[in-house]
Amino acid sequence: MNARSILTIFNFEMARFWRTPWESLAAPVVSTVLYFVVFGAAIGSRIQSVEEISYGAFIVPGLIILTVLQQSLSNAANAIFMRKFVGTIYEILCAPVSFLEVVAGFVGAAALKSVIIAIVIYLTALFFVDLPLAHPVLALLLLILTSFGFALWGFLIGIWAKDWQQLQFIPMMVITPLVFLGGAFYSTSMLPPFWTAVAKLNPVLYLVSGFRWTFFGQADVPLAASVLALAIFLALGFLAVWAIFRTGWRLRA
Amino acid sequence: MRPIIEVRDLSKTYASGTHALSGVTLDIAEGEILALLGPNGAGKTTFISITCGLVTPTGGSVSVGGHDIIRDYRAARSLIGLVPQEITLEFFETVMNTVRFSRGLFGNAPDDAYLETVLRALALWDKRDAKLRELSGGMKRRVLIAKALAHGPRILFLDEPTAGVDVNLRREMWEVVRGLKKQGVTIILTTHYLEEAEEMADRVGIIDKGRLLLVRDKTELMHEFGQKILTVELTDPVAALPAPLAGLGLDLGADGRTVRFRYDTHADRSGIARLLAEFAGHGLAVRDLSTEQTSLEEVFLRLVRDMA
Repeated sequence: MNARSILTIFNFEMARFWRTPWESLAAPVVSTVLYFVVFGAAIGSRIQSVEEISYGAFIVPGLIILTVLQQSLSNAANAIFMRKFVGTIYEILCAPVSFLEVVAGFVGAAALKSVIIAIVIYLTALFFVDLPLAHPVLALLLLILTSFGFALWGFLIGIWAKDWQQLQFIPMMVITPLVFLGGAFYSTSMLPPFWTAVAKLNPVLYLVSGFRWTFFGQADVPLAASVLALAIFLALGFLAVWAIFRTGWRLRA
Repeated sequence: MRPIIEVRDLSKTYASGTHALSGVTLDIAEGEILALLGPNGAGKTTFISITCGLVTPTGGSVSVGGHDIIRDYRAARSLIGLVPQEITLEFFETVMNTVRFSRGLFGNAPDDAYLETVLRALALWDKRDAKLRELSGGMKRRVLIAKALAHGPRILFLDEPTAGVDVNLRREMWEVVRGLKKQGVTIILTTHYLEEAEEMADRVGIIDKGRLLLVRDKTELMHEFGQKILTVELTDPVAALPAPLAGLGLDLGADGRTVRFRYDTHADRSGIARLLAEFAGHGLAVRDLSTEQTSLEEVFLRLVRDMA
């Protein structure tokens, strides 16, 4: 284990984030405010409340998960894809570091960026709605694990992608629909029974639901199911990374 | 002393089926400059890429400082610095940051004093806070060298360090390489400029179609092949050359008119003046003179042709 190499990659990636704080933080905050205006004010005025929670407050955990998923995935994917694209990946491949150390540096930084953004969104939301946070420690833990898991998958996408189109494809075509259909903006109890069953096949539902539970103490699915889904998701990511580490797939000819 | 790099029967076949290297065996001594010479696609870059960890070999082995590059990759790679062929840099970073990154990536503790000596040696110290995209092409190349040296490697690979650079920059690069050699760094450079191999290297290896055709001490190679032939045409044919001229190693042609004289272009005195004086002294009138050279280029082309 080479802690210094991990830290070097980690710090380098974080420096990029802090160098452009406006782009890094303002963009997610602006889009959050827009969601509040559209969903909270316009639609929320008709829905009033979901399971006795004001609609404006209800959507906050889903909104945070939506952003965290997009940010983790794209941060990690872009970081490694850019190095492949520009060619500077040579330096990492010929350094005396294992692939796991490289992953720890890149994925750790991408995950931390998402967690920071999530906290900023939470603080922004406090200006708009009355927002309880029933289990703050558990909320942070789930947030970190979710960020890490999706950054891990983002890293894999970045290695897999051969061009910009592929880099955009999975976040656009898979993640965004899953989040929207995963109960980010509604409770699955509002759906007809058949669609409730379909929604439960969506892994993102469990993430949103578990995270929402840490705010309001109630959820679509039991907390244990959420934690289990997250664990499976992380384990699959680690397995895929390990396989790449073994074979040098798309990295070493 | 054990060679710092030992290559044994190294081969690489890419997924596309291209045989980039076939059975290359080579020892590289610590502190020497080895130039690998060969046309594009000869396998030079593949050899470097395998040794540095960018490409996985299909057969054979490489050990660096006694460490196998696959089993013991950490120890092997920490001895090596690589300067790639293409200029690949994070263009929005500053010189100092990118060099610090390279050092940290190799697991070394921060040491700005050491990095200062590296940047000064490469005439980059004044540019340490400049963004990489603001630098000239020559400076970018030197930044790549600085990055490769940031962790204090004992071996430096320079993949075509002067491809597509102008004459001044090429000379500048040669100076840098000489400076590194003085510090005891082992240098392996690839080039397709024969002039460069001639100028820089202690030994020259010639690669073509994935095979290492020969590795030879440069002076030996130049001595063997770097000769010129002076052909003297006499006004009147002679049956034989006067006896005192016999010791000069001359060949008299069958026509009795042409005399061929081999001389070493690297010697202080070519012996031509003396030869012509001797001719005059013995009453041989010279009608015409011509010279031809056996260059590394000819050697190279002949080797490539013969051994293909």
